Amino acid sequence: MQVAPSDTTALSAYSPEVRQHLFQYVLQLADTSLILGHRLSEWCGHGPILEQDLAMANIALDLLGETRSFYQYAAELEGKGRTEDDLAFLRVATEYRNPLLVEQPNGDFAATVVRQFLFDTFHFHFLQQLQTSSDERLAAIAEKSWKEAAYHLKWSSEWIIRLGDGTDESRQRLNKALANLWRYSGELTTPTATEQALQTLGIIPEYTRFQEAMTAHVAKVFAEATVPVPQETYMQRGGKEGRHSEHLGYILTELQYMQRTYPGMTW
Amino acid sequence: MVATQAPTEERVWQLLEEVSDPEVPVLSILDLGIVRKVQVQDQAVTVTITPTYSGCPAMNTIATDIRLRLLAEGITQVTIHNQLSPAWTTDWMSQAGREKLEAYGIAPPVDGTATGHLLNLFGQDTAVRCPLCKSEHTHLVSQFGSTACKAFYQCDDCHEPFDYFKCHS
Repeated sequence: MQVAPSDTTALSAYSPEVRQHLFQYVLQLADTSLILGHRLSEWCGHGPILEQDLAMANIALDLLGETRSFYQYAAELEGKGRTEDDLAFLRVATEYRNPLLVEQPNGDFAATVVRQFLFDTFHFHFLQQLQTSSDERLAAIAEKSWKEAAYHLKWSSEWIIRLGDGTDESRQRLNKALANLWRYSGELTTPTATEQALQTLGIIPEYTRFQEAMTAHVAKVFAEATVPVPQETYMQRGGKEGRHSEHLGYILTELQYMQRTYPGMTW
Repeated sequence: MVATQAPTEERVWQLLEEVSDPEVPVLSILDLGIVRKVQVQDQAVTVTITPTYSGCPAMNTIATDIRLRLLAEGITQVTIHNQLSPAWTTDWMSQAGREKLEAYGIAPPVDGTATGHLLNLFGQDTAVRCPLCKSEHTHLVSQFGSTACKAFYQCDDCHEPFDYFKCHS
C-alpha cells in the first residue's frame, strides 16, 4: 500500500521544459539512492561482523526510503501514469541516471567503505543545501534524509580512520580501494546540462557552494586516518547521462528480475 | 457497525491512541508523535502522519492499522497523508511514551544529542541509562540497531545488551 504524499508544489507553475529537467533530475537522485542501497543490501548476511552487517542494511534501508520519496515525486512530475514501481523496475540501464560511483562492485569491506565515504560526503553536504530549494517537495525530502545522511557519514568516516590507522593489511586495502574509486568522485559535483539548468533557476544548489566544506571534511578524515588525500585529477563520468559501466546491467538483472518475469505481480 | 453520526475530531484522536507502533507495540502512534493532524469533514476523516525514518517499513502497516481501527467504528472515508516536512523529531515523543519505552527495555532518547554532534568523529558516546539495572555505565556497540530508529548499546554493569531509541531532532 502506498501512502499518498501531501507536500505539494504547484507543479503547474513549472514550464514543460523545466518540468522535464526536474523529472530527469529527480530520477537521477532516486536512481542514485536505489543503486547504492541495492549494492549495500548485497552485504546483508555477509558482513564482516554482525553489527556492521546491520549497519549496512540500515543505511541501505534509509537510502531506499529516500529513493521512494524521489520516485513518487518523479512519477508526479512526469504525469503519465507511471508509478514509483514502474520507474524502478521497468527502465533499462541506459535510462538510469545514477553516477558511476554507486554502481561499482562492493569488493572487499574497504572498497565498500571508500565508495560509501565518497558518496556520503557529497550526499550530506548536498542535502544540507537542498533544504533551501525553491521546490518545496525537494526541500522536504532533503530535510528528512539529511538527518539520516549524517549518521551514514559518521559511520563511513570512522571506518576510513579505522582502516587507514589500523593494521598494515587494512591500510593497504584502503589505499587500493582509493586507487580504484577516487576517479569516480568527481562526477558527483560535475553538473550535467540538466543540473546546470536547475542550478540557474535556484531549484538545486550550485555544487561549488559546498565544495570547500566537502574538501575540508575529506582532509580532516584522511589526516586522522594517516593516509594522504589522493591527488589523482582524472575523473570518470557518464552515469548521470546514461553511460554506465557494465556493472549496472547485472544489478538491474537481479533488481528487476521479478517484475520482468511476472509483469505487474504484487505481494 | 455503521456510524449514525459524523465522527468528531476528538473521537478520532481517541481511536488513534489505540493504534500501536507495529515494531514497538508498547507505544501508541500518538506516544511516538507521528500523527501530525486530524481533520474531519462530514463523514470524511483525513489523518496526516510523518515517518520516523524515510525507509521505515512500519509506515504502511501503521496506515493500514489506522484504517482498520477507524473502520471498526464505522468510519469508512479515510484519507491518510504522508507528510515529510517538518521532519519528525524525538521531541514529539510524549513523556508517557518515554516511560513506557524504558519499562519495555528500550532506553528512551536523550535530548540534545542529535545530528549536529554526529560529525564529532569518535567523540564521546551519548550517556544512556541501562533500562534494566538503571546504570549510567554503558557503551555504544553500534549506531545502527534492530530498526532504523534504534542504536545498539550494552550495559557495563549488568552486561545486558539493549536498544536505545536514537535522538533525532
